Amino acid sequence: MTLFENTKIVISSLFTRPATLMYPAKPAKKTANTRGHVTINPAGCITCRTCQRKCPTQAINVDVKEKTWEIDNMRCVVCAVCVDTCPTTCLTMDNQYRPAMTARGGIEKVTVAGPKKKEPAAAPANGAKPAEKKE
Amino acid sequence: MSKQITVPFGPQHPVLPEPLHLDLVLEDETVVDVIPSIGYVHRGLEKLVEKREYTEYVFIAERICGICSFIHSQTYVQGIEQIMGLEVPERATYLRTIWGEYSRLHSHLLWLGLFADSMGFESVFMNAWRLREHILDDLEATTGGRVIQGVCKVGGVRKDITPEKLDEMLKGLRGMEHELNDLTNVFLNDSSMKHRLRGVGVLKKEDAYVLGAVGPTARGSGLAIDIRSTGYGALGKINFKPVVEYDGDCYARCAVRAKEMFTSIDIIEQCIKKIPDGPVDMKVTGAPDGEYFSRTEQPRGEVIHYIKGNGKKNLVRHRVRTPTFTNIPPLVTLLKGVDLADVPVVVLSIDPCIGCAER
Repeated sequence: MTLFENTKIVISSLFTRPATLMYPAKPAKKTANTRGHVTINPAGCITCRTCQRKCPTQAINVDVKEKTWEIDNMRCVVCAVCVDTCPTTCLTMDNQYRPAMTARGGIEKVTVAGPKKKEPAAAPANGAKPAEKKE
Repeated sequence: MSKQITVPFGPQHPVLPEPLHLDLVLEDETVVDVIPSIGYVHRGLEKLVEKREYTEYVFIAERICGICSFIHSQTYVQGIEQIMGLEVPERATYLRTIWGEYSRLHSHLLWLGLFADSMGFESVFMNAWRLREHILDDLEATTGGRVIQGVCKVGGVRKDITPEKLDEMLKGLRGMEHELNDLTNVFLNDSSMKHRLRGVGVLKKEDAYVLGAVGPTARGSGLAIDIRSTGYGALGKINFKPVVEYDGDCYARCAVRAKEMFTSIDIIEQCIKKIPDGPVDMKVTGAPDGEYFSRTEQPRGEVIHYIKGNGKKNLVRHRVRTPTFTNIPPLVTLLKGVDLADVPVVVLSIDPCIGCAER
Protein backbone atom coordinates (compact mmCIF):
# COMPACT_ATOMS: atom_id res chain seq x y z
CA MET A 1 0.00 0.00 0.00
CA THR A 2 2.69 2.43 1.00
CA LEU A 3 4.31 1.92 -2.38
CA PHE A 4 1.42 3.66 -4.06
CA GLU A 5 1.09 6.45 -1.50
CA ASN A 6 3.73 8.41 -3.35
CA THR A 7 2.20 7.69 -6.74
CA LYS A 8 -0.84 9.80 -5.85
CA ILE A 9 1.40 12.73 -5.00
CA VAL A 10 3.47 12.26 -8.16
CA ILE A 11 0.37 12.26 -10.38
CA SER A 12 -1.09 15.34 -8.72
CA SER A 13 2.28 17.08 -8.99
CA LEU A 14 2.37 16.46 -12.74
CA PHE A 15 -0.66 18.68 -13.21
CA THR A 16 0.22 21.50 -10.82
CA ARG A 17 2.58 24.41 -11.12
CA PRO A 18 6.08 24.10 -9.72
CA ALA A 19 6.22 24.80 -5.98
CA THR A 20 9.53 26.64 -6.32
CA LEU A 21 9.68 30.37 -6.92
CA MET A 22 11.13 31.62 -10.20
CA TYR A 23 13.45 33.83 -8.22
CA PRO A 24 15.79 35.65 -10.63
CA ALA A 25 13.03 36.01 -13.25
CA LYS A 26 10.46 37.18 -10.70
CA PRO A 27 11.67 39.40 -7.86
CA ALA A 28 11.53 37.95 -4.37
CA LYS A 29 8.37 38.81 -2.48
CA LYS A 30 8.73 41.51 0.11
CA THR A 31 6.30 42.74 2.70
CA ALA A 32 5.87 46.29 3.95
CA ASN A 33 7.53 45.28 7.23
CA THR A 34 10.58 43.65 5.65
CA ARG A 35 13.82 45.08 6.93
CA GLY A 36 15.96 45.50 3.81
CA HIS A 37 18.39 48.34 4.34
CA VAL A 38 18.60 51.71 6.07
CA THR A 39 18.15 54.86 4.02
CA ILE A 40 18.69 58.44 5.08
CA ASN A 41 17.09 61.72 4.10
CA PRO A 42 20.19 63.99 4.28
CA ALA A 43 18.11 67.15 4.64
CA GLY A 44 16.56 65.95 7.91
CA CYS A 45 19.70 64.78 9.76
CA ILE A 46 20.82 67.05 12.63
CA THR A 47 23.98 65.00 13.41
CA CYS A 48 22.78 64.25 16.94
CA ARG A 49 24.62 60.88 16.85
CA THR A 50 21.76 58.98 18.54
CA CYS A 51 21.93 56.32 15.82
CA GLN A 52 25.68 55.95 16.29
CA ARG A 53 25.32 55.42 20.04
CA LYS A 54 22.40 53.01 19.79
CA CYS A 55 23.75 50.85 16.95
CA PRO A 56 24.55 47.39 18.40
CA THR A 57 27.20 46.69 15.74
CA GLN A 58 28.74 50.17 15.58
CA ALA A 59 28.02 50.34 11.86
CA ILE A 60 27.08 54.03 11.83
CA ASN A 61 29.61 56.82 12.11
CA VAL A 62 28.48 60.44 12.28
CA ASP A 63 31.02 63.22 11.87
CA VAL A 64 29.65 66.39 13.41
CA LYS A 65 32.40 68.70 12.08
CA GLU A 66 32.39 67.36 8.54
CA LYS A 67 28.60 66.94 8.63
CA THR A 68 28.69 63.43 7.23
CA TRP A 69 26.68 60.34 8.04
CA GLU A 70 28.40 57.07 7.21
CA ILE A 71 27.09 53.50 7.34
CA ASP A 72 29.09 50.34 6.89
CA ASN A 73 26.60 48.00 5.26
CA MET A 74 28.83 45.01 5.92
CA ARG A 75 28.54 45.63 9.68
CA CYS A 76 24.88 46.64 9.69
CA VAL A 77 22.57 43.83 10.88
CA VAL A 78 19.40 45.72 9.89
CA CYS A 79 17.88 45.68 13.37
CA ALA A 80 16.20 49.09 12.77
CA VAL A 81 17.17 50.52 16.16
CA CYS A 82 18.49 53.66 14.44
CA VAL A 83 15.20 54.05 12.60
CA ASP A 84 13.24 53.72 15.86
CA THR A 85 15.39 56.13 17.84
CA CYS A 86 16.04 58.85 15.22
CA PRO A 87 14.52 62.04 16.71
CA THR A 88 13.91 63.69 13.32
CA THR A 89 12.75 60.45 11.61
CA CYS A 90 15.16 61.10 8.76
CA LEU A 91 16.20 57.42 8.82
CA THR A 92 13.83 54.99 7.17
CA MET A 93 13.82 51.29 6.47
CA ASP A 94 13.66 50.25 2.82
CA ASN A 95 12.19 46.80 2.21
CA GLN A 96 14.64 45.88 -0.56
CA TYR A 97 17.80 43.98 0.36
CA ARG A 98 21.15 45.39 -0.70
CA PRO A 99 22.82 43.61 -3.59
CA ALA A 100 26.07 41.73 -3.02
CA MET A 101 28.96 44.05 -2.19
CA THR A 102 32.64 44.13 -1.35
CA ALA A 103 33.93 45.25 2.04
CA ARG A 104 34.99 48.61 0.67
CA GLY A 105 31.87 49.05 -1.46
CA GLY A 106 29.64 48.55 1.56
CA ILE A 107 30.58 51.88 3.07
CA GLU A 108 28.13 54.59 2.21
CA LYS A 109 28.91 58.19 3.08
CA VAL A 110 26.35 60.99 2.87
CA THR A 111 26.79 64.70 3.47
CA VAL A 112 23.94 65.83 5.67
CA ALA A 113 22.33 69.16 6.55
CA GLY A 114 23.61 69.20 10.11
CA PRO A 115 22.11 70.90 13.14
CA LYS A 116 19.33 73.37 12.39
CA LYS A 117 20.55 75.90 14.93
CA LYS A 118 21.14 78.58 12.34
CA GLU A 119 17.55 78.98 11.19
CA PRO A 120 15.25 78.15 14.16
CA ALA A 121 17.80 78.89 16.85
CA ALA A 122 18.77 82.19 15.23
CA ALA A 123 15.46 83.84 16.08
CA PRO A 124 15.37 82.86 19.78
CA ALA A 125 19.08 83.64 20.07
CA ASN A 126 18.53 87.11 18.71
CA GLY A 127 15.57 87.47 20.99
CA ALA A 128 17.45 86.17 24.00
CA LYS A 129 20.58 88.24 23.65
CA PRO A 130 18.82 91.60 23.79
CA ALA A 131 16.84 90.33 26.73
CA GLU A 132 20.06 89.58 28.60
CA LYS A 133 21.42 92.96 27.75
CA LYS A 134 18.34 94.65 29.12
CA GLU A 135 18.84 92.91 32.43
CA MET B 1 37.65 -9.27 20.85
CA SER B 2 38.22 -7.53 17.59
CA LYS B 3 40.57 -4.63 17.03
CA GLN B 4 39.33 -1.14 17.86
CA ILE B 5 39.65 1.66 15.35
CA THR B 6 38.79 5.36 15.62
CA VAL B 7 36.80 7.05 12.90
CA PRO B 8 36.47 10.85 12.91
CA PHE B 9 32.93 12.12 12.29
CA GLY B 10 32.70 15.82 11.44
CA PRO B 11 33.24 18.74 11.75
CA GLN B 12 32.63 18.69 7.99
CA HIS B 13 30.10 15.98 7.27
CA PRO B 14 27.29 15.97 4.69
CA VAL B 15 24.66 15.29 7.31
CA LEU B 16 25.72 17.93 9.82
CA PRO B 17 24.35 21.43 9.30
CA GLU B 18 26.89 22.77 11.78
CA PRO B 19 30.39 21.75 12.85
CA LEU B 20 30.44 19.11 15.58
CA HIS B 21 33.34 16.69 15.87
CA LEU B 22 32.93 13.17 17.21
CA ASP B 23 35.67 10.56 17.48
CA LEU B 24 33.88 7.24 17.08
CA VAL B 25 35.67 4.23 18.54
CA LEU B 26 34.52 1.20 16.55
CA GLU B 27 34.69 -2.50 17.05
CA ASP B 28 33.86 -3.95 13.63
CA GLU B 29 30.84 -1.82 12.66
CA THR B 30 29.61 -1.06 16.17
CA VAL B 31 30.32 2.14 18.05
CA VAL B 32 31.73 1.35 21.50
CA ASP B 33 32.81 4.81 22.59
CA VAL B 34 32.39 8.42 21.50
CA ILE B 35 34.59 11.40 22.28
CA PRO B 36 32.83 14.66 21.36
CA SER B 37 34.70 17.90 20.85
CA ILE B 38 33.16 21.29 20.22
CA GLY B 39 34.54 24.79 19.80
CA TYR B 40 34.50 25.36 16.05
CA VAL B 41 32.07 28.26 16.01
CA HIS B 42 32.69 29.92 19.36
CA ARG B 43 32.08 33.68 18.99
CA GLY B 44 32.31 34.98 22.55
CA LEU B 45 28.89 36.62 22.51
CA GLU B 46 28.57 36.46 26.31
CA LYS B 47 31.58 38.72 26.77
CA LEU B 48 29.99 41.37 24.53
CA VAL B 49 27.46 42.07 27.26
CA GLU B 50 30.07 44.27 28.96
CA LYS B 51 30.41 46.44 25.86
CA ARG B 52 26.79 47.03 24.85
CA GLU B 53 23.89 48.64 26.67
CA TYR B 54 21.46 46.12 28.09
CA THR B 55 18.73 47.34 25.73
CA GLU B 56 20.89 46.86 22.64
CA TYR B 57 22.18 43.48 23.78
CA VAL B 58 18.77 41.98 22.91
CA PHE B 59 19.85 41.89 19.27
CA ILE B 60 23.07 40.09 20.15
CA ALA B 61 21.23 37.62 22.40
CA GLU B 62 18.92 36.95 19.48
CA ARG B 63 21.86 36.14 17.22
CA ILE B 64 23.14 33.34 19.46
CA CYS B 65 21.19 31.02 17.21
CA GLY B 66 19.65 31.38 13.78
CA ILE B 67 16.71 29.07 14.42
CA CYS B 68 15.58 29.64 17.99
CA SER B 69 16.46 33.33 17.62
CA PHE B 70 13.16 34.75 18.86
CA ILE B 71 13.07 32.59 21.98
CA HIS B 72 16.63 33.62 22.90
CA SER B 73 15.65 37.28 22.81
CA GLN B 74 12.44 36.52 24.72
CA THR B 75 14.37 34.70 27.44
CA TYR B 76 16.90 37.49 27.81
CA VAL B 77 14.23 40.18 27.86
CA GLN B 78 12.12 38.29 30.41
CA GLY B 79 15.17 38.04 32.67
CA ILE B 80 15.82 41.78 32.49
CA GLU B 81 12.14 42.50 33.15
CA GLN B 82 12.17 40.26 36.21
CA ILE B 83 15.23 42.04 37.64
CA MET B 84 13.71 45.46 37.04
CA GLY B 85 10.23 44.38 38.20
CA LEU B 86 8.47 45.49 35.02
CA GLU B 87 4.83 44.59 34.34
CA VAL B 88 4.78 44.01 30.59
CA PRO B 89 1.49 44.87 28.83
CA GLU B 90 -0.61 41.75 28.42
CA ARG B 91 -0.92 42.07 24.65
CA ALA B 92 2.87 42.00 24.36
CA THR B 93 3.09 38.70 26.27
CA TYR B 94 0.50 37.17 23.95
CA LEU B 95 2.36 38.40 20.87
CA ARG B 96 5.61 36.96 22.26
CA THR B 97 3.93 33.61 22.77
CA ILE B 98 2.54 33.62 19.24
CA TRP B 99 5.92 34.41 17.70
CA GLY B 100 7.62 31.90 19.99
CA GLU B 101 5.32 29.13 18.83
CA TYR B 102 5.78 30.20 15.22
CA SER B 103 9.52 29.83 15.61
CA ARG B 104 9.01 26.42 17.21
CA LEU B 105 6.93 25.41 14.18
CA HIS B 106 9.57 26.53 11.72
CA SER B 107 12.35 24.89 13.72
CA HIS B 108 10.55 21.56 13.88
CA LEU B 109 9.76 21.68 10.16
CA LEU B 110 13.40 22.44 9.42
CA TRP B 111 14.46 19.54 11.61
CA LEU B 112 11.98 17.08 10.05
CA GLY B 113 13.39 18.03 6.65
CA LEU B 114 16.99 17.58 7.75
CA PHE B 115 16.14 14.32 9.49
CA ALA B 116 14.54 12.92 6.34
CA ASP B 117 17.56 14.12 4.38
CA SER B 118 19.90 12.27 6.73
CA MET B 119 18.17 9.07 5.69
CA GLY B 120 18.26 10.00 2.03
CA PHE B 121 14.50 10.76 1.84
CA GLU B 122 14.92 13.93 -0.17
CA SER B 123 11.36 14.53 -1.36
CA VAL B 124 10.14 14.73 2.24
CA PHE B 125 13.01 17.09 2.99
CA MET B 126 11.83 19.44 0.25
CA ASN B 127 8.18 19.16 1.24
CA ALA B 128 8.96 19.97 4.86
CA TRP B 129 10.91 23.05 3.83
CA ARG B 130 8.16 24.11 1.44
CA LEU B 131 5.71 24.13 4.35
CA ARG B 132 8.26 26.00 6.46
CA GLU B 133 8.20 28.80 3.88
CA HIS B 134 4.58 29.60 4.81
CA ILE B 135 5.61 30.02 8.43
CA LEU B 136 8.58 32.18 7.46
CA ASP B 137 6.36 34.33 5.25
CA ASP B 138 4.04 35.02 8.18
CA LEU B 139 7.00 35.83 10.40
CA GLU B 140 8.39 38.22 7.79
CA ALA B 141 5.04 39.95 7.28
CA THR B 142 4.52 40.50 11.00
CA THR B 143 8.05 41.13 12.28
CA GLY B 144 10.13 42.17 9.29
CA GLY B 145 12.61 39.31 9.44
CA ARG B 146 12.40 35.71 8.32
CA VAL B 147 14.67 34.04 10.85
CA ILE B 148 16.03 36.97 12.86
CA GLN B 149 12.82 38.64 13.95
CA GLY B 150 14.22 41.40 16.15
CA VAL B 151 10.86 42.35 17.65
CA CYS B 152 11.50 41.75 21.33
CA LYS B 153 12.59 44.66 23.44
CA VAL B 154 12.83 45.33 27.15
CA GLY B 155 9.31 46.30 28.21
CA GLY B 156 7.33 44.76 25.38
CA VAL B 157 7.55 44.19 21.65
CA ARG B 158 8.41 46.54 18.81
CA LYS B 159 5.62 45.64 16.41
CA ASP B 160 1.92 45.00 16.76
CA ILE B 161 -0.17 42.64 14.64
CA THR B 162 -3.50 43.93 13.34
CA PRO B 163 -6.62 41.83 14.06
CA GLU B 164 -7.05 41.24 10.29
CA LYS B 165 -3.54 39.85 10.03
CA LEU B 166 -4.13 37.63 13.08
CA ASP B 167 -7.23 36.17 11.40
CA GLU B 168 -5.27 35.64 8.21
CA MET B 169 -2.51 33.85 10.13
CA LEU B 170 -5.08 31.61 11.81
CA LYS B 171 -6.66 30.74 8.47
CA GLY B 172 -3.23 30.01 7.00
CA LEU B 173 -2.35 27.68 9.86
CA ARG B 174 -5.68 25.84 9.59
CA GLY B 175 -5.09 25.42 5.87
CA MET B 176 -1.63 24.09 6.59
CA GLU B 177 -2.80 21.54 9.13
CA HIS B 178 -3.99 19.21 6.38
CA GLU B 179 -0.60 19.30 4.66
CA LEU B 180 1.20 18.88 7.99
CA ASN B 181 -0.93 15.78 8.60
CA ASP B 182 0.29 14.32 5.32
CA LEU B 183 3.88 15.11 6.23
CA THR B 184 3.78 13.69 9.76
CA ASN B 185 1.96 10.65 8.41
CA VAL B 186 5.11 9.80 6.47
CA PHE B 187 7.29 10.08 9.58
CA LEU B 188 4.97 8.18 11.90
CA ASN B 189 3.37 5.51 9.72
CA ASP B 190 5.69 4.82 6.80
CA SER B 191 7.09 1.28 7.05
CA SER B 192 10.60 2.13 5.80
CA MET B 193 10.83 5.03 8.28
CA LYS B 194 9.81 2.70 11.09
CA HIS B 195 12.43 0.16 10.03
CA ARG B 196 15.05 2.86 10.06
CA LEU B 197 14.11 4.50 13.38
CA ARG B 198 12.54 1.91 15.72
CA GLY B 199 14.94 0.63 18.37
CA VAL B 200 17.85 2.77 17.15
CA GLY B 201 19.68 4.88 19.73
CA VAL B 202 17.61 4.07 22.80
CA LEU B 203 17.85 6.42 25.78
CA LYS B 204 16.30 4.99 28.94
CA LYS B 205 14.18 7.18 31.18
CA GLU B 206 16.66 6.96 34.08
CA ASP B 207 19.59 7.77 31.79
CA ALA B 208 17.73 10.74 30.34
CA TYR B 209 17.13 12.08 33.84
CA VAL B 210 20.63 11.46 35.19
CA LEU B 211 22.40 12.82 32.12
CA GLY B 212 20.26 15.93 32.05
CA ALA B 213 18.47 15.50 28.75
CA VAL B 214 16.07 18.35 27.93
CA GLY B 215 13.35 19.03 25.39
CA PRO B 216 12.19 16.43 22.88
CA THR B 217 15.17 14.22 23.78
CA ALA B 218 13.86 13.92 27.35
CA ARG B 219 10.19 13.81 26.34
CA GLY B 220 10.92 11.00 23.88
CA SER B 221 12.19 8.95 26.83
CA GLY B 222 9.09 9.46 28.92
CA LEU B 223 10.15 12.48 30.99
CA ALA B 224 7.38 15.08 30.88
CA ILE B 225 9.72 18.07 31.19
CA ASP B 226 8.38 21.10 29.35
CA ILE B 227 9.25 24.55 30.68
CA ARG B 228 6.19 25.93 28.91
CA SER B 229 4.20 24.35 31.76
CA THR B 230 5.63 26.99 34.11
CA GLY B 231 3.45 29.49 32.26
CA TYR B 232 5.93 32.16 31.18
CA GLY B 233 4.64 34.80 28.79
CA ALA B 234 0.96 34.20 28.16
CA LEU B 235 1.31 30.41 28.40
CA GLY B 236 -0.19 30.41 31.91
CA LYS B 237 -3.58 31.23 30.41
CA ILE B 238 -3.35 28.59 27.68
CA ASN B 239 -4.39 24.94 27.95
CA PHE B 240 -1.88 22.50 26.57
CA LYS B 241 -0.26 19.22 27.45
CA PRO B 242 3.38 18.35 26.82
CA VAL B 243 3.81 15.63 24.19
CA VAL B 244 5.46 12.58 25.74
CA GLU B 245 6.59 9.33 24.14
CA TYR B 246 7.95 6.39 26.12
CA ASP B 247 10.16 4.31 23.82
CA GLY B 248 13.25 6.53 23.96
CA ASP B 249 14.41 5.61 20.45
CA CYS B 250 14.84 7.79 17.35
CA TYR B 251 11.25 7.12 16.36
CA ALA B 252 9.97 8.43 19.70
CA ARG B 253 12.00 11.64 19.45
CA CYS B 254 10.77 12.12 15.89
CA ALA B 255 7.17 11.53 17.00
CA VAL B 256 7.49 14.07 19.80
CA ARG B 257 8.55 16.78 17.37
CA ALA B 258 5.95 15.84 14.77
CA LYS B 259 3.15 15.97 17.35
CA GLU B 260 4.47 19.13 18.97
CA MET B 261 3.80 21.04 15.76
CA PHE B 262 0.09 20.48 16.28
CA THR B 263 0.39 21.56 19.92
CA SER B 264 2.04 24.76 18.71
CA ILE B 265 -0.75 25.42 16.22
CA ASP B 266 -3.25 24.83 19.03
CA ILE B 267 -1.43 27.29 21.32
CA ILE B 268 -1.34 29.94 18.57
CA GLU B 269 -5.07 29.45 17.96
CA GLN B 270 -5.88 29.90 21.65
CA CYS B 271 -3.62 32.97 21.83
CA ILE B 272 -5.26 34.60 18.81
CA LYS B 273 -8.71 33.99 20.32
CA LYS B 274 -7.76 35.32 23.76
CA ILE B 275 -5.44 38.20 22.84
CA PRO B 276 -6.55 41.43 24.58
CA ASP B 277 -6.37 44.94 23.12
CA GLY B 278 -4.00 47.51 24.48
CA PRO B 279 -0.47 48.81 24.20
CA VAL B 280 2.39 46.53 23.23
CA ASP B 281 5.25 48.25 24.99
CA MET B 282 6.03 50.49 27.94
CA LYS B 283 8.59 53.10 28.80
CA VAL B 284 11.63 51.71 30.54
CA THR B 285 13.92 53.83 32.69
CA GLY B 286 16.84 52.90 34.84
CA ALA B 287 19.04 49.85 34.59
CA PRO B 288 18.87 46.32 36.02
CA ASP B 289 20.42 45.81 39.44
CA GLY B 290 20.41 42.19 40.54
CA GLU B 291 20.57 38.72 39.07
CA TYR B 292 18.09 36.30 37.60
CA PHE B 293 17.89 32.85 36.00
CA SER B 294 15.49 33.12 33.09
CA ARG B 295 14.17 29.81 31.73
CA THR B 296 12.11 29.11 28.64
CA GLU B 297 11.42 26.18 26.35
CA GLN B 298 13.16 26.31 23.00
CA PRO B 299 12.38 23.93 20.15
CA ARG B 300 15.38 21.90 21.33
CA GLY B 301 14.67 22.06 25.04
CA GLU B 302 15.14 24.22 28.08
CA VAL B 303 17.36 27.28 27.76
CA ILE B 304 18.66 29.20 30.75
CA HIS B 305 19.90 32.78 30.60
CA TYR B 306 21.72 33.92 33.72
CA ILE B 307 21.78 37.72 33.85
CA LYS B 308 23.56 39.88 36.40
CA GLY B 309 23.49 43.67 36.48
CA ASN B 310 24.91 46.24 38.86
CA GLY B 311 22.63 49.20 38.19
CA LYS B 312 24.65 50.48 35.23
CA LYS B 313 23.77 50.49 31.54
CA ASN B 314 26.10 47.56 30.85
CA LEU B 315 25.44 44.19 32.44
CA VAL B 316 28.14 42.43 34.44
CA ARG B 317 27.55 38.86 33.39
CA HIS B 318 25.43 36.94 30.95
CA ARG B 319 25.61 33.19 30.79
CA VAL B 320 23.56 30.98 28.50
CA ARG B 321 23.04 27.28 28.96
CA THR B 322 21.59 26.02 25.71
CA PRO B 323 19.68 22.77 25.15
CA THR B 324 22.18 21.28 22.71
CA PHE B 325 25.02 21.72 25.19
CA THR B 326 23.00 19.75 27.75
CA ASN B 327 22.04 17.11 25.21
CA ILE B 328 25.62 16.19 24.30
CA PRO B 329 26.15 13.77 27.28
CA PRO B 330 22.91 11.91 26.40
CA LEU B 331 24.11 11.84 22.77
CA VAL B 332 27.30 10.05 23.83
CA THR B 333 25.23 7.43 25.64
CA LEU B 334 22.85 7.12 22.70
CA LEU B 335 25.64 6.42 20.25
CA LYS B 336 27.18 3.54 22.22
CA GLY B 337 26.10 0.30 20.61
CA VAL B 338 24.68 1.66 17.35
CA ASP B 339 26.01 0.75 13.91
CA LEU B 340 28.25 3.17 12.09
CA ALA B 341 25.59 3.58 9.39
CA ASP B 342 23.06 4.73 12.02
CA VAL B 343 25.32 7.41 13.50
CA PRO B 344 24.05 10.30 11.30
CA VAL B 345 20.42 9.55 12.15
CA VAL B 346 21.13 9.26 15.87
CA VAL B 347 23.19 12.47 15.93
CA LEU B 348 20.42 14.37 14.15
CA SER B 349 17.73 12.90 16.41
CA ILE B 350 18.77 15.23 19.27
CA ASP B 351 18.51 18.18 16.84
CA PRO B 352 22.04 19.50 17.40
CA CYS B 353 22.42 23.27 17.14
CA ILE B 354 26.11 23.94 17.54
CA GLY B 355 25.78 27.68 17.03
CA CYS B 356 23.68 27.69 20.20
CA ALA B 357 25.94 25.33 22.11
CA GLU B 358 29.09 27.39 21.60
CA ARG B 359 27.74 30.93 21.52
